[in-house]
Amino acid sequence: MKRLRAALRRLVGMFSAGRREQEFASEIEGHLQMHIEDNVRAGMTQEDARRDALLKLGGLEQTRQAYRERGTAPFFETLWQDLRFALRQLGKNPGFTITAVLMLSLGIAASVAIFAFVDAALLRPLPYPNPEGLADVTESAALFPRSNLSYPDYFDWKRMNRSFRSLDAYEGTGYLLSTPSGVEPVAGERVTDGFFHTLGVAPLLGRDFYAGEDLLSAPRTVMLSYSTWQKRFGGRKDIVGQAVSLSGTPYTIVGVMPDSFEFAPHNNAEFWTTMHAGSANECDLRRSCHGMYGVARLKDGVSVAAALADMKAIAEQLERQYPDSNRGQSAVVQPLSELIVGDIRPILLLLLAGAGLLLLIACVNVASLLLVRSESRRREIAVRGALGASPLRLARQFVTEGVLLVFGSSLLGLVCAVFASQALLRLIPFDMLRHMPYLRGLGLNFHVACFALAIAALAAVIFSLTPIVRLSFDEMREGLTEGSRGSAGVLWRRIGANLTVLELAIAVVLLVGAGLLGKSFYHLLHVDLNFQPDHLATLSVSLPDKTYPKEEQIVVARRQLLDRIAALPGVVAVATTSQLPASSNGNTDWIRFVGREYNGKHNEVNERDITANFFSTVKTRLIRGRFFTPDEDGTKPRVVIINQAFVRLYFPNQDPLGARIGDTALSPKSIREIVGVVDDLREASLDQPILPAIYAPADQSPDTYFNVIVRTSQDEKTLLPTIVAAVHEFDPGIGVPDESTILEHINDSQTAYLHRSSAWLVGGFAVMALLLGMIGLYGVIAYSVSQRTREIGVRMALGAQREMVQRMVLKEGGRLAMAGIALGLVCSLAATLLLRSVLFGAQRWDVETLGGVALLLAAAALLASYIPARRAASINPVEALRAE
Amino acid sequence: MGEKADVWQGTLALMVLKTLESMGSLHGYGIARRIEQTSGDVLSLNYGTLYPALLKLEQEGAIVSEWGVSENNRKAKFYKLTRVGRKQLERETSNWEQTTAILARFLGGTEDPA
Repeated sequence: MKRLRAALRRLVGMFSAGRREQEFASEIEGHLQMHIEDNVRAGMTQEDARRDALLKLGGLEQTRQAYRERGTAPFFETLWQDLRFALRQLGKNPGFTITAVLMLSLGIAASVAIFAFVDAALLRPLPYPNPEGLADVTESAALFPRSNLSYPDYFDWKRMNRSFRSLDAYEGTGYLLSTPSGVEPVAGERVTDGFFHTLGVAPLLGRDFYAGEDLLSAPRTVMLSYSTWQKRFGGRKDIVGQAVSLSGTPYTIVGVMPDSFEFAPHNNAEFWTTMHAGSANECDLRRSCHGMYGVARLKDGVSVAAALADMKAIAEQLERQYPDSNRGQSAVVQPLSELIVGDIRPILLLLLAGAGLLLLIACVNVASLLLVRSESRRREIAVRGALGASPLRLARQFVTEGVLLVFGSSLLGLVCAVFASQALLRLIPFDMLRHMPYLRGLGLNFHVACFALAIAALAAVIFSLTPIVRLSFDEMREGLTEGSRGSAGVLWRRIGANLTVLELAIAVVLLVGAGLLGKSFYHLLHVDLNFQPDHLATLSVSLPDKTYPKEEQIVVARRQLLDRIAALPGVVAVATTSQLPASSNGNTDWIRFVGREYNGKHNEVNERDITANFFSTVKTRLIRGRFFTPDEDGTKPRVVIINQAFVRLYFPNQDPLGARIGDTALSPKSIREIVGVVDDLREASLDQPILPAIYAPADQSPDTYFNVIVRTSQDEKTLLPTIVAAVHEFDPGIGVPDESTILEHINDSQTAYLHRSSAWLVGGFAVMALLLGMIGLYGVIAYSVSQRTREIGVRMALGAQREMVQRMVLKEGGRLAMAGIALGLVCSLAATLLLRSVLFGAQRWDVETLGGVALLLAAAALLASYIPARRAASINPVEALRAE
Repeated sequence: MGEKADVWQGTLALMVLKTLESMGSLHGYGIARRIEQTSGDVLSLNYGTLYPALLKLEQEGAIVSEWGVSENNRKAKFYKLTRVGRKQLERETSNWEQTTAILARFLGGTEDPA
C-alpha cells in the first residue's frame, strides 16, 4: 500500500520534474544559507562557512542527482529517454524507417485481414446457441453423397432415432406474392413445426409454431423474416394474426423472426411456412421423391459419429423394408457448421497460409534491414559501451527500437487490415454473401485483436533480438578499431545471405501456389460446356397454379409465351428447360431398361424437360437420331434424348436409338423411347463430373415452373427488360424471378467465384512476396558491394575489367537466387499438398508452373542484382582506395 | 574531531520521524542539526542524504511539507508528521527496540564466560 502509493507519486512525478527541481533548488539554497549563517555565528569566515556547508551537504550536484532519482521513476525515465532516442534514430533514417514500417504493416495487414475472415467463418460460423450440438442430417446416395431427404423417410427417422433431442426438415420453395406493383416471386421455406426450436431461435414478435402445426389438418400459418416484415409490412407491430396470400393460398402470420436470425443454407427465404406435407405436390408423400434436408439437435453426450451410426442403421432397416424406393439410400450426419463453411474452409486456410508466408517474408526483410543498420551502428555502440553503458542498457535501447518499430507498423497494419477486410467483403457478390451470414459480424473483434497482438509480440521479439545477437558485446572493443570491419562484414553477409535465400524460397512457394490456382481457374473456365454460353439471356417463369391448373393450359400458355418472346426484335431463338445448364447435377430419375435384366439397383440419371428447340438454341450438337418436334406433347408417344455419358455407361458399343426405358417398376406410363443422342451438355457446376442425362419433351410432363433461355443477336443483358415486359403483357399474374444471363450465371457461380477469388488473392500475395524478395536480394547485394568497395578498387587497380567485376557481383546474386529457387521448389512440392483439395485440372507438380516460376524468379533476381553490379563496375579505383 | 559513526542504512527515516514527532514542524536543515545534536555529535550525517529520504517519506505519505519562514527569516520548507507517519514511527520503534533487545541479549550472552 505504502509502496504502491510511493510508486504512483513517483510516476506522476515524472511530469512535474521541472517544478520540483526548482523547489528543491530553493530549499537547498535556504538550507545552505542557514548553515552558513550558523557557521559565521560560530566564528568562521564567510568563505570557510560556505565551504563547510557544502562539504557537510556532500556535494550540491550529488544531492540534486539523488533527489531527482528519488523524485521520479528511473526505469520509466530511461524508457522515455530511449523512446526519444529511438524516434530520433528512426527519423534520421527515413528510408529505412519507411521501408521497414511499410513492409511490416503490409504483412500484418494481410494476415490480420485474412484472419478476420477465418475467425468469422471458421471459429464462430453458426449464429445459434450451443452450435456444436446442431447437425445436418440427410440422405446419401452413390452419386450424391449428400442428397435430399424424402418426407416419409424423415418421418421414420424422427420416430426411430435415439440420437437427437429433435429432428426437423426444411425445403426451399417459391411463392407468388401479390403486391401493389404486380405479382412478385418471393423465396419461401417449408419447415416442420420444431425447426426454429431446434435451432434455438425464438421469434422477435408473435409465437413459434405449435407442435403439430405442420400437419395437413392444421390451419396454414407463416413466420416472416425480419427484412420482409420491415420491407413489405412497414414493420407494423399489429401484423401478427393478419393474413397474407401466398400463391393464392391464405396464410395467417404468427410471428416475425429477429433481425439476427440467419439460416445460411436458404438465407433468402422471406416467408417461413409450415410443411403441410401432401398439400403442395404429390412428391411429399412419395418415399422415392427427395426434396428436403434435415437439421437436428444432438442429445447431450451423443457424438456426431454415434448419431451417424444410428441413422445408418435406421436407413438400412428402411432399405430392407422398402427396397423399391430405399435401395442404396444411406444417411449422412455432419456438424451443421461443416455444411455451412465446409466449402470455404480449405480456401480460407490456404489464404491464411499465404498471408502468413507474406508476413514471414516481411519480417525476414525487416530483420535483415535491422542487421545492416546494426552493422553501421557498431561504432556508436562501441563508443557508448566504452563510456560505461552496461550491456543490458545497450540491449534495452535495441528492444525499445524494435518495439517502437513494431508498434507503429502494427497500428498502421491494423488500420489497413480493417479497410482491407471491408474491401474484400464488398468484393463478394450480394447473392454469395447472403449464404455467408457468418461474415456479417466481420471486423476487429477480440479474437482478431489477440491475433494481431500475438503477431506484434512475435515480431517485436525478433526485431529486438536480431541486433542484440548480432552485436554480441564482447566484440565491442573491436568495433572501435577500423580494421575489424572486414571480418564482421563477412559474418553479416553470411547471415543476411541465408535470410535472403529463405525469403526467395518463400516467394517461390507463394508463386507456385498462385500459378497452380490460376491454372485451375483457367481450366475451370475452359471446361467443355458443349454449348455456346454467350448471347444467352435467361429468366424463370412461374405460372400461378390457380390460373393454370390443367396440363393442357400450361402447354398452351407456354407456347403462346414463347411465340411472343420469339417475335421480339433481337431475339434469335427461345427455348425452356426445367433446370439451367451449368448449375448442378440433381433432379434425377431412376431408370430401368425394357428388355434387360434388372437387379433392383438405382440407375440414377439427370432428368431435364426441354422444349423442342432447346438444343438448337443453346447450340449443343446432335450426335445421332433426332431432336424433338414442336408438336410432341402428351398425345404423342413418349420419347427421350440422351447424352453421350448415358451411351458410354449403358450402351457401350451399341446403338441406343429405339431402346426403351422406364421407371424402376416399368409402369406403362413411364415407358419412353430413345430417339436421339446429344453431346455432353454441361448440366453440373464447372468442377463436377458429367452424369448420364435424359431429356424429355416439356409438353409431355408440363410444369408451372420453367427456365426460359433466349439467344439474342445483340447484348443479351439489354434485352432482359423487354422480355420481362412481354411476359407480363401476356399475363401480369406470372412471376418472373432470376433474370440473368448464362455467362453471369456461370461466372458468378460459387465454384467459379471461389476459384477466382483464391487465385487473385494468392496471386496478390505472391506478387508482393516477389517484390519483397527482390528488395531483400537487392539489399544484400548492395550492402555486400558497399562493404567490398575497397576490395573491388584493389582488383580494378590490379587490372580487373569492369565486366569482370560486374559478372562477379551478378554471380553472387545468382548463387543466392539459385539456392532460393531450389529450396523453394522443394518446399512448394510439400506446401502444395495443402492445395490438393482446391485444385482443378492441374497437378501439384505441374512442370509448366514450376518452370515458369523458376524463370520468373531468376529474371527478378537478375534485375535486383544488376543495379548494385552496375554500381560496383563503375567504382573508381583511385577514389575507392583513398576513401578507406 | 573524534571517531564518528555513520548513519546505518534504514535508520535515517526512523530518526527523521522521531525528530519530527518531538519537534513538531521543522525544516530540513533543522532536522539535520537536531539529529546530530541528539546523537551527542557522535553521528556523522551527510546532510545531502536527508533530502531524498524526506522525499521518500513524503511520497509514502508519512510526512507532509509546506513552505514557511525560518526563525532567522529564511524561506524554508517545513515538514511535519501525518497520522500515517505516527503509526509508522510506532511500528518501527517497537521493531527497533525488539531488534536491539535481542542483539543486546545475544552479545551480552557471549561475553559472559559462565
